[in-house]
Amino acid sequence: MNWEWQFFLRDIGDGETTYLDWMISAWGWTLAVAGCAWVVALLFGSIIGTLRTVPNRWLAGAANAWVELFRNIPLLVQIFLWYFVVPTLVPPLQQVPSFIMVVLGLGFFTSARVAEQVRAGIQSLSRGQRNAGLALGLTLPQTYRFVLLPMAFRIVLPPLTSEAMNIIKNSSVAFAVSISELTMFAMQAQEETSRGIEVYLAVTSLYIVSTMVVNRALAYVETRVRVPGYVGGGK
Amino acid sequence: MTHSSSFVDAKQKRTDTRGYTGTLAISRFRAPVPLLEIRRVTRRFGDFVAVDDVSIAVEPGEFFTLLGPSGCGKTTLLRMIAGFDMPDEGQILLDGKDLADTPPERRPVHTVFQSYALFPHMTVAQNVAFPLRMAGRPAQEVARRTQEELDIVHLSDKAGAYPHELSGGQKQRVALARGLVNRPRLLLLDEPLGALDAKLRVEMQLELTMLQKNLGITFIFVTHAQYEALALSDRIAVMNSGRVEQLDTPDHIYGSPRNRFVADFIGKINLYNCSVIATSSESLRLSVAGLGEVWAPPHADVPAGTAGTFALRPEHARIVPRSQNPLMKNHLFGRVREFFYVGDVTTYVIDLDSGVRFQALLANSAPGRAKFFELGDEVAVEWPNEAGMFLSR
Repeated sequence: MNWEWQFFLRDIGDGETTYLDWMISAWGWTLAVAGCAWVVALLFGSIIGTLRTVPNRWLAGAANAWVELFRNIPLLVQIFLWYFVVPTLVPPLQQVPSFIMVVLGLGFFTSARVAEQVRAGIQSLSRGQRNAGLALGLTLPQTYRFVLLPMAFRIVLPPLTSEAMNIIKNSSVAFAVSISELTMFAMQAQEETSRGIEVYLAVTSLYIVSTMVVNRALAYVETRVRVPGYVGGGK
Repeated sequence: MTHSSSFVDAKQKRTDTRGYTGTLAISRFRAPVPLLEIRRVTRRFGDFVAVDDVSIAVEPGEFFTLLGPSGCGKTTLLRMIAGFDMPDEGQILLDGKDLADTPPERRPVHTVFQSYALFPHMTVAQNVAFPLRMAGRPAQEVARRTQEELDIVHLSDKAGAYPHELSGGQKQRVALARGLVNRPRLLLLDEPLGALDAKLRVEMQLELTMLQKNLGITFIFVTHAQYEALALSDRIAVMNSGRVEQLDTPDHIYGSPRNRFVADFIGKINLYNCSVIATSSESLRLSVAGLGEVWAPPHADVPAGTAGTFALRPEHARIVPRSQNPLMKNHLFGRVREFFYVGDVTTYVIDLDSGVRFQALLANSAPGRAKFFELGDEVAVEWPNEAGMFLSR
């Protein structure tokens, strides 16, 4: 095997940017897409997941429809839908940058998965918790805010960690709509330099570093918010 | 001191401060408007009638118990009072106002659940303070009231602990403190002592009654434990198959059960089918299966020929050796088949000569004396006329 890493320091042809610079910038785009989409996913997922457990049938039904819609279409198809189809149907969206469209597409797709986790977390709590909140004079929103969600999120933190790692990996679909992120960089750089193995090894390690950091960070959060003595679902 | 007399004391104090007249204060269970009125409430689940046309009035300051076997409708009734379920028919009124349109969180009613339902992510102090904080009380008041409440339930040293670090009894006390901290008009307790071991249970029973009398908050207590109900309550509603079989003070429930179900459910009792031979103003003469002719106190509205149940509490029967002449008109002979020694008393199971079984209970009050009879002893049992009871059904 003949390694050749020096090309990373070579100019990409514009006289000032090296391949390393390009890769770092692509990493930035990956993190930006994933980070923004995660905010969207967490926000919508939490709301939708919570709504799936409320007594109001219409709200719960609408939330269920959301989950089914975004869970049942392949991610890549959804990205194309956001990029090509939606702007055709809603012309004002044609002015919106593709970055935003990708963030929304990836965010909504992941929100369906987050919603499913949040719902499961809330439903794993005993019915007594909800009733205790109401019996003590809390409104339903207060019961969710102070009684149910704090415990539900603690319980689903491990699967949410997986989703956060997934969203970094899934952000690679952004290449399909010409966002210059890591996967896009890898494909173009290996074409230009013919050093595919080195390029993909470098990109792979950046993905791994990114997901490991997210994993460790959320594991730390997990230990910080752990309730002393609390094991499993409890009563 | 009996429970009914302490109840009257509490009631007198309360009515005086409200400015009611002396006569009202003295008459038991007669306030102008009951605190809680359950008016002809029915609740069905499909074909199953969980609560069947129940009417109950609970007075302010009362310790009121719903007692019955599993599935008798007591918990369904409690859930409807709390607002977690709605009656199909009838009304539930608090201070004379219909609660139908009041959601659970707006009712001045708190519930203590059997599972405690403590909030696992909050410390003991945070759990207790929670209802006050949610009600928007100032921080200083929250801290003061929480401390007071923890003192009342003897948990000040556990203020910083989490629920899962506590024992069952401690959890129960936290749940109680949380339920009482912002002084609801009515506290509902759903088998709150069910998960505790026997000794702790008795301790908590004592604490519960003292707490209730001191605070003057009305308790509605749901249990299937008859002795707990007798020990704690001012009044008891005995429920069966969705209906109230008897609503009365503990001494009346135990001493004068209205029918066979109540007699059988509360305490130990000898029950035999019987029919009325003759009635007079002084006594009933009954023909009892296996016992023959016995005399019982007079009973209104039972003509000769009426079929029913003859009931006799084991502690009202006396056992003497067969050789000794029985003194009472009601007496029968038999031999000791079995006995259950529980320390203070021994229950003797006696096979009567007629073949039916009879239970008699003797107090082991003589010093050093554990029991009076041995297996196989030939004995006579006897009881005074007024101890027997004729019950319908």
